Amino acid sequence: MKEYNFAYLDEQTKRMIRRAILKGLAIPGYQVPFASREMPMPYGWGTGGVQVSAAVLTPDDTLKVIDQGADDTTNAVSIRRFFQRTAGVAVTEKTGEASVIQTRHRIPEQALREGQIIVYQVPIPEPLRFLEPSEVETRKMHALEDYGLMHVKLYEDISQHGDIATAYAYPVKVEGRYVMDPSPIPKFDNPKLDMAAIQLFGAGREQRIYALPPYTKVVSLDFDDYPFQPTKADHACALCGSTSSYLDELITDDAGGRMFICSDTDYCATRVEDAA
Amino acid sequence: MTPLLQVENLAKYYGARIGCTDVSFDLYPGEVMGIVGESGSGKSTLLNCLAGHLKPDHGAVRFATRSDGLRDTVTMSEPERRMLGRTDWAFVHQHARDGLRMNVSAGGNVGERLMAVNARHYGDIREQAIDWLGRVEITQDRIDDRPTAFSGGMQQRLQIARNLVTGPRLVFMDEPTGGLDVSVQARLLDLLRGLVRDMGLSAIIVTHDLAVVRLLADRLMVMKDGHVVETGLTDQVLDDPQHGYTQLLVSSVLQV
Repeated sequence: MKEYNFAYLDEQTKRMIRRAILKGLAIPGYQVPFASREMPMPYGWGTGGVQVSAAVLTPDDTLKVIDQGADDTTNAVSIRRFFQRTAGVAVTEKTGEASVIQTRHRIPEQALREGQIIVYQVPIPEPLRFLEPSEVETRKMHALEDYGLMHVKLYEDISQHGDIATAYAYPVKVEGRYVMDPSPIPKFDNPKLDMAAIQLFGAGREQRIYALPPYTKVVSLDFDDYPFQPTKADHACALCGSTSSYLDELITDDAGGRMFICSDTDYCATRVEDAA
Repeated sequence: MTPLLQVENLAKYYGARIGCTDVSFDLYPGEVMGIVGESGSGKSTLLNCLAGHLKPDHGAVRFATRSDGLRDTVTMSEPERRMLGRTDWAFVHQHARDGLRMNVSAGGNVGERLMAVNARHYGDIREQAIDWLGRVEITQDRIDDRPTAFSGGMQQRLQIARNLVTGPRLVFMDEPTGGLDVSVQARLLDLLRGLVRDMGLSAIIVTHDLAVVRLLADRLMVMKDGHVVETGLTDQVLDDPQHGYTQLLVSSVLQV
């Protein structure tokens, strides 16, 4: 499409976003404010992730877009097509073949390698948001490493539910410094945050970008007597039989029928192919 | 004996108006000082300056820190001041809602200060919360209730428990009994007196209720229009007031 600049955004905007990304990489876990643009999609549909992807894409890149692990859901399909049309980049559904992966709420099962970039869509970047409503105050708390409040939330979980019931957007501490919201990925994915690829987080409505360089130490917060536990449905995938992947529960009829299948469609399809 | 808190020529102005000025005093460990005066006399301004919530325009507030002795809290860095704020200091607000997290359970409220100083064992935190709720006469079965479900007096007691759980050495209280009915006030005062004596706390209590200072305070400071007009032992000031304003204040109390 010749009517648009490469990857939709103009070069000055991409430059501004790249500056924010570089700053974010330099200070892992720190939320860098940026001048988020209006995108041709509603807030909440990944405007932050799309802007970050647009800023890091080059014509040689291969893009993969997933939504809750799946390549074929509305959000994933429309964002993938958006970049196909505005950037003309190659697209793939194979995790291993992609150089840039934009994701909503999952990390692929296949371990990412050096040289890959994974871009997260973030609705609310501030982990302290629902505990402390004032942005001025939360910024001060980050600056002063005043994170007692974060454990109050976990305390409340245990006192009410008998266990840490937070199942997604589970708070992590980055390199012993910043407390970060890893976007609403299930806590099953938290251990994977310690990875070889570059991780970028974009929040469009909230106008924040943050990042994790490769091999950054990411620790999930917990109590000594209630250690962090990544959880998943206690089943095997009904399609590929995997017992180690994160599962979606599907209701198949109105008589209580249900099945559990991998949420990562590429991982599941690859396993089925290999078995055949 | 070295003072716990040393205040020297403290002044705070709101533009051309005086908040408080020329305030100097020493507070010794275990001592309770009352600050009385009418509305707008600068008591709360003074208290907020002492507790680091407001930055005074000049003067020094030196606090005897555990590690390096007397340190000026005005020129101290903010992280250090905040650290004091959640370890050695406590601040009891007039309205419990200002000092509590209303959407967090009573146990969470008490535990917050512990977690802020890196307590990471749920069982221990819970145990201490139960212990402290007991000390302020809140039954154990209310530990998972939110403060919104508590009466005004209970909220105030919860606020006190939340503040004292880290074993502070200096407590700032801003009208701790304001807005409570008299029988609840009496019980709260009784409780406070017990806690202050048992823990050997130092406290600075701002109030306009002379009965409160009579019960709790060793020493009294009377303020008017931002100035300290009279200081002395509580009984001495209340029984033999020298300054005209103090005389007016003492004689204004209704006798039942």
